[in-house]
Amino acid sequence: MGITLDSKIPSGPLAQKWEKHIFDLKLVNPANKRKFTIIVVGTGLAGASAAATLAELGYNVHAFAFQDSARRAHSIAAQGGINAAKNYQNDGDSVYRLFYDTIKGGDYRAREANVYRLAQVSTSIIDQCVAQGVPFAREYGGTLSNRSFGGAQVSRTFYARGQTGQQLLLGAYSALMRQVGLGTVKMHERSEMLDVVLVNGHARGIVTRDLETGKIETWGADAVCLATGGYGNAFFLSTNAQGCNVTATWRAHKKGALFANPCYTQIHPTCIPRSGDHQSKLTLMSESLRNDGRVWVPKNKADVGKDPRQIPEDQRDYYLERIYPSFGNLVPRDIASRAAKRMCDLGQGVGPGGLGVYLDFGAAIQRVGQSVVAERYGNLFEMYQRITDESPYQTPMRIYPAVHYTMGGLWVDYNLMSNIPGLHVLGEANFSDHGANRLGASALMQGLADGYFVIPYTIGHYLATSGQAKVSGDEPEFKAAAVEVKARMDKLLAIKGNRSPTSFHKELGYLLWDKCGMGRTGDGLQEALDKIPQIREEFWSNLNVLGDGDSYNVALEKAGRVADFLEFGELMCRDALERKESCGGHFREEYQTEAGEALRDDDNFTHVAAWQYTGDLAKPNLVKEPLVFEEVHLSTRSYK
Amino acid sequence: MNLTLKIWRQKNREAKGAMESYPVKDVSPDMSFLEMLDILNEQLQSAKQEPVAFDHDCREGICGMCSLVINGLPHGPDAATTTCQLHRRKFKEGDVITIEPWRAQPFPVIRDLVTDRSAFDRIQARGGFVSIGTGHAPDANAIPIPKFHADLSMDAAQCIGCGACVAACKNASAMLFVGAKVAQYAHLPQGQPERNRRVLAMMDQHDKEGFGACTNYQECEAACPKEISVRVIAEMNRDFLKATLLGTEL
Ligand code: FES
Repeated sequence: MGITLDSKIPSGPLAQKWEKHIFDLKLVNPANKRKFTIIVVGTGLAGASAAATLAELGYNVHAFAFQDSARRAHSIAAQGGINAAKNYQNDGDSVYRLFYDTIKGGDYRAREANVYRLAQVSTSIIDQCVAQGVPFAREYGGTLSNRSFGGAQVSRTFYARGQTGQQLLLGAYSALMRQVGLGTVKMHERSEMLDVVLVNGHARGIVTRDLETGKIETWGADAVCLATGGYGNAFFLSTNAQGCNVTATWRAHKKGALFANPCYTQIHPTCIPRSGDHQSKLTLMSESLRNDGRVWVPKNKADVGKDPRQIPEDQRDYYLERIYPSFGNLVPRDIASRAAKRMCDLGQGVGPGGLGVYLDFGAAIQRVGQSVVAERYGNLFEMYQRITDESPYQTPMRIYPAVHYTMGGLWVDYNLMSNIPGLHVLGEANFSDHGANRLGASALMQGLADGYFVIPYTIGHYLATSGQAKVSGDEPEFKAAAVEVKARMDKLLAIKGNRSPTSFHKELGYLLWDKCGMGRTGDGLQEALDKIPQIREEFWSNLNVLGDGDSYNVALEKAGRVADFLEFGELMCRDALERKESCGGHFREEYQTEAGEALRDDDNFTHVAAWQYTGDLAKPNLVKEPLVFEEVHLSTRSYK
Repeated sequence: MNLTLKIWRQKNREAKGAMESYPVKDVSPDMSFLEMLDILNEQLQSAKQEPVAFDHDCREGICGMCSLVINGLPHGPDAATTTCQLHRRKFKEGDVITIEPWRAQPFPVIRDLVTDRSAFDRIQARGGFVSIGTGHAPDANAIPIPKFHADLSMDAAQCIGCGACVAACKNASAMLFVGAKVAQYAHLPQGQPERNRRVLAMMDQHDKEGFGACTNYQECEAACPKEISVRVIAEMNRDFLKATLLGTEL
């Protein structure tokens, strides 16, 4: 089972690695490109930008989305913005600073070379999006506007009202649809990938299920790109869209792809608190609100039930400003989330169950006026009011942390290729750029960097050097994979028990949130590891999925995804148990400073934990990729 | 709170559908409309009946996946609100609520409340883009764009492609959808080189898909969850006329 991971990081000075690497990569001659077919699964920022760009280069592309249109992928929901080291504000930003902020924000658990490249290409992303007609916010003089996000002291975030993700995705989608119109991309909607197919050890295709007709199909290609997003929905309640799932990456994992750092999940500090057991999702309130909103709780526990407007200024604890004076309300997400939890644990939380803190715009409204605040955040305030029936113009918002993003994902090298040759992984689905915590406005940047500016170069090298024979999609390997997928569907339908897929999803999700959420302990994780196999066992003996496999069957779709979460959840807990330190979003309560901050153990854990499937879920094989820091000096993160 | 839901059930594209009545019990006022359907689906499944299929994904009003004609109104009674953002507190004890799919010939029903909106993608593929390949872009600040124009472009760009405009229109016209895309680019310098061709190509596909013409009832604007103004249709008509007069080739 011995496996060593080669990250393929180019030699040479950090700032020149990418350029040197591009030069060293083998090229596919333009006339030959059309002889290669590439499968792209997922049409979010990473998938859509990759599919469009690869097609522009001349490759044949097949793109798949489980939604009814490529434009619906969950990237669309990102509100706040996208970072880029343009330094348009002349406030001291640079590629190096964005690199440094990202490495530090990730609590020194990301690869230097990847992050530096990300910062380098960030500027081209903004150019590309503007050229596509993305209507970014502008100043009266016609230049682009910027704002600040957590973990940075410069203004480098570009935005389009509170709908930046939507506008960037529609930009990538328009580029994709242009290629569809030109016939270079074949788009497959309402089509879910259920397995990846290996021929001669290389990833050569996928198996899909047509969600409308239930038809199981196989697709052969020369390379496969997974851009299938994160696994936040393992927790049942998260800010993710309902359909987000781990199935594509988990299936690839079971075919041999290593899963890296599954315990790194991001808990976003500003979400609308949960209101009851019926709840199906949590709604995020953009981090950009922390530019003007001030976070506080009552100083006295006796005041927590009071109308916040009746609590005088000197009886409020603006705890972020108090504890972190230099970053104040703009500390990184993991820090803000944990601080909120600490205040609630101390009994100072507000709202139902004491699980909330205030985000107050009173001071901003006084300073710049209600109309300016409305222009900046109007749509978010409206969304808040619709859900809670309270107006943030009149009374402070109540917020609480919620699962938002996952930094872990399939292991990839510098070329974004997993340990399975030919299987590339982009965007949130890979693990590579954010370490143990992602900074705000960096997800959009990474998705588009991977799709527009990295994979188009690196995949060519693979195609030019892999030396594999063509496949048609009818080889025995494909047939066997299709039979397996079909058997799995049949098995889910044959159980005929009494519990719905959702009830199992909820049970797993609440357990993960409790034991593997914002605070984790060795004992709690062990408890979860004991319980998850039991839930799984009940799932496979008491699941109720009605209808058949040959039609549009929402319960069957859901059941397949929950089955994968039930296996994946165990790996997440195992990784969290194994990482006996706290870093970024991974907080082990046993490892903290006196002030309650994350306490890293650099001697023992400065590595990527990549897990290999062994056939036994209880005994995955841990492979470590040491993280080598040549440029930055590992230090304790301080935002004080 | 107890309610009765009358819901369109249809097995597949070919099957004949019908309205079915379902009581739902213990609905909390804090629930969203779709969470109420979740509860109904759990109740149906425990009674060994197949759940109701409906499209949804983000549940925060941005992906455009959710649909539903609620009591005759696309996305329900609230202005500027998608179905997924509709809350239960808008209804009263004992209410009977009818729930139907988008009704328009270019949006065939796939199952129950789920329709096929791929016609929108095909319209987009004909011209809803700026033809610029990755890597060709000049510096983002090279061309200043007056805030006023950038804002008008953004107003139009907010369209989520849900199709409520079509469902609301007695002609099943998709001109609000097409107009929004056309206007987004028309207000930006990047959209100018293909401005004439874009409007003709997109409208050509619009007509081929079987969407009707706009006869100015403005129901689309009222139903649009993003409050896209019918102004975009007027702007598009102007562009369309100009492009036609100039003899632009498709
Ligand atoms: S579910 Fe995304 S807009 Fe309603």
